Amino acid sequence: MRIAVCVKQVPDTEARLRVARDGKWIEEEDLPFVLNESDEYALEEALAITEKVGGEVVVFSLGPERVKEGLRKALALGAARAVHLNDPVLAGGDAVVTGRALAAAIARESFDLVLTGSQSDDLGWGGTGSVIAGVLGWPSAWLVMGVTLEEDGRHARVTREMESGMNEVFRLALPAVLQVQAGLNHPRYPNLKGIMAAKKKPIDELGAADLGLAAAAAGSSGSRLELVSVAFPSSGGGAEMLEGDAETVARSLIEKLQREARVL
Amino acid sequence: MAGNHTVWIVLQHRDGQLHRGSREAIAAGQRLAAAIGGAAEAVLLGLGTSSLAESAAAFDLARVRHADHPHFTHYTPGGYVGALAPALRAESPAFVVLPHTYQTVDFAASLAQASGAGWLPEVTGIESGEGGLTLRRPILGGKLEAQLRVRGEGPMVVSVQSGAFSADTATAGSAPIEPFPFAAEAATPDREILGVEAVAGEKLDLTKAEIIVAAGRGVGGADRMGPLRELAAALGAEIAASRPVIDNGWLPRDRQIGSSGQTVAPRLYLAAGISGAIQHTVGMKGSQVVVAINKDPGAPIFNLARYGIVGDLHDILPALTKAVREAKGG
Ligand SMILES: Cc1cc2nc3c(=O)[nH]c(=O)nc-3n(C[C@H](O)[C@H](O)[C@H](O)COP(=O)(O)OP(=O)(O)OC[C@H]3O[C@@H](n4cnc5c(N)ncnc54)[C@H](O)[C@@H]3O)c2cc1C
Ligand SMILES: Nc1ncnc2c1ncn2[C@@H]1O[C@H](COP(=O)(O)O)[C@@H](O)[C@H]1O
Repeated sequence: MRIAVCVKQVPDTEARLRVARDGKWIEEEDLPFVLNESDEYALEEALAITEKVGGEVVVFSLGPERVKEGLRKALALGAARAVHLNDPVLAGGDAVVTGRALAAAIARESFDLVLTGSQSDDLGWGGTGSVIAGVLGWPSAWLVMGVTLEEDGRHARVTREMESGMNEVFRLALPAVLQVQAGLNHPRYPNLKGIMAAKKKPIDELGAADLGLAAAAAGSSGSRLELVSVAFPSSGGGAEMLEGDAETVARSLIEKLQREARVL
Repeated sequence: MAGNHTVWIVLQHRDGQLHRGSREAIAAGQRLAAAIGGAAEAVLLGLGTSSLAESAAAFDLARVRHADHPHFTHYTPGGYVGALAPALRAESPAFVVLPHTYQTVDFAASLAQASGAGWLPEVTGIESGEGGLTLRRPILGGKLEAQLRVRGEGPMVVSVQSGAFSADTATAGSAPIEPFPFAAEAATPDREILGVEAVAGEKLDLTKAEIIVAAGRGVGGADRMGPLRELAAALGAEIAASRPVIDNGWLPRDRQIGSSGQTVAPRLYLAAGISGAIQHTVGMKGSQVVVAINKDPGAPIFNLARYGIVGDLHDILPALTKAVREAKGG
């Protein structure tokens, strides 16, 4: 079984963010980047499947040079090869153009399954995987919480999360695109052996021209959405911030909860 | 003939009822139609769903179109995209509005891709000013808000965040009901539905808890839960958590709060090391009093908290436990 996994590099959720000077995006300099959370689960699922039934995992990422760090981590975890869509023409796209570019790269090879995360922690379109599926003409599912391959090798039994603590279970035909939700497995950590092995694994680079994509139809130029501005949300009601050392704020909070809010 | 100022609203339903988000989508669709000087209309796919079409027709809409067919017994992306995409391409409305749910996001981007449309999820605001129409949505886990403008040709599929547009603002009216044109052979289900099951381990009911102490990823590990447990014990509170805490196995799944967990509204909700992403806050924003403890003063959780403390929860929580014990003893 050959599995393609799409991994995106996103700002660490722990990072303090600053709005860039043009007000249209965040300041990326000095920002720590990590693999998107649900993508780590997608990668783990792919590795676990190929360990069980044989085959290999190829990881795909679209982004600037720094993305190689994320790809190296995926290689260290066990992916056989990486494909880096590294071209400014492809940058800054919405889910539709980004999904089309990834699909074009995936379609250069033959795969039985494509796994993506459910949602990127930065732009969060929750749709790149569905676009890939649409381009390839494959079925897809979002928020996948379980995958079991059937004996015939041509179907999968998929568990998908629904709202309010319920899951839906269904069968679909392979090849398919499964958009994995965080929590479906326990992602492994890279070990030294893996990290050393990763150094010898290939990272292929592709640009818009290799994918047959016209510049006007790719990246920010091809995108139907234009970012006008980003800003910190104005506080809802705004919390009353308690200040002082731990003991002072603790006493003052308990007193306020008793006397002011009357909830204790 | 539908012009390109039309706004479609695709209604979601389950168990013979319109999803509550569908009414919010109608409200948002009416707002969008007003902003672009067009008309809103609804589309409903289902089987035996005439009564739902009738309830949608009680809103101020140009029409409600209904496809009643066995292919829509269960929602599947194949059925929905196969039915909607050809009409969407043919009629090219300006917008298609959906409630932002686990069902709609499952097919919306495929629909956009198949019909030459764009995809803009989780809209929380619509503004039309000098610069034209802009739509607002949270990004980066709710830490920032983005304003986006739609450009280019073709429809834009948008989903509206739950609670962002009040269903009460949807204006009433009386709309004609018409059949929705689709080709059944193009709209075939691509999933064989086997059933619905409760998420394993979901037993504990947190909705009755009066006080909840909730752990976020900021707690840092299963072995670092001690101070939180002690505070919960001192307060007589239940312990709950954000999703990453559960995904990492630090607490069992039945303690998760949020869109894929439980929805609670206790008297007091104390969030420690939780950033305040919308998928979490939908499950607790009805709490009477929210207290947030976070080392990042910019964490969005502070926007809905009544009291906030900026600092390391591993310092604050033990101090709080001590203060609670003193207050109770004295
Ligand atoms: C479809 C879908 C469904 C989802 N459903 C849910 C759901 O039901 N419930 C849910 O919670 N999430 C859900 N999520 C995930 C959600 O989007 C967020 O990723 C999640 O809520 C973040 O959890 P968190 O706040 O604990 O972690 P983070 O966002 O990583 O925040 C950790 C916070 O801890 C703070 N911190 C770190 N260390 C300390 C310290 N020592 N002291 C004090 N503060 C500290 C940081 O400043 C940060 O603000 C869902 C996501 C998707 C895509
Ligand atoms: N630039 C990218 N490179 C690789 N994969 C991506 C990229 N953007 C999105 N994806 C994949 O698509 C999923 C959903 O992302 P999004 O549609 O942005 O929420 C992610 O979890 C990734 O698996």
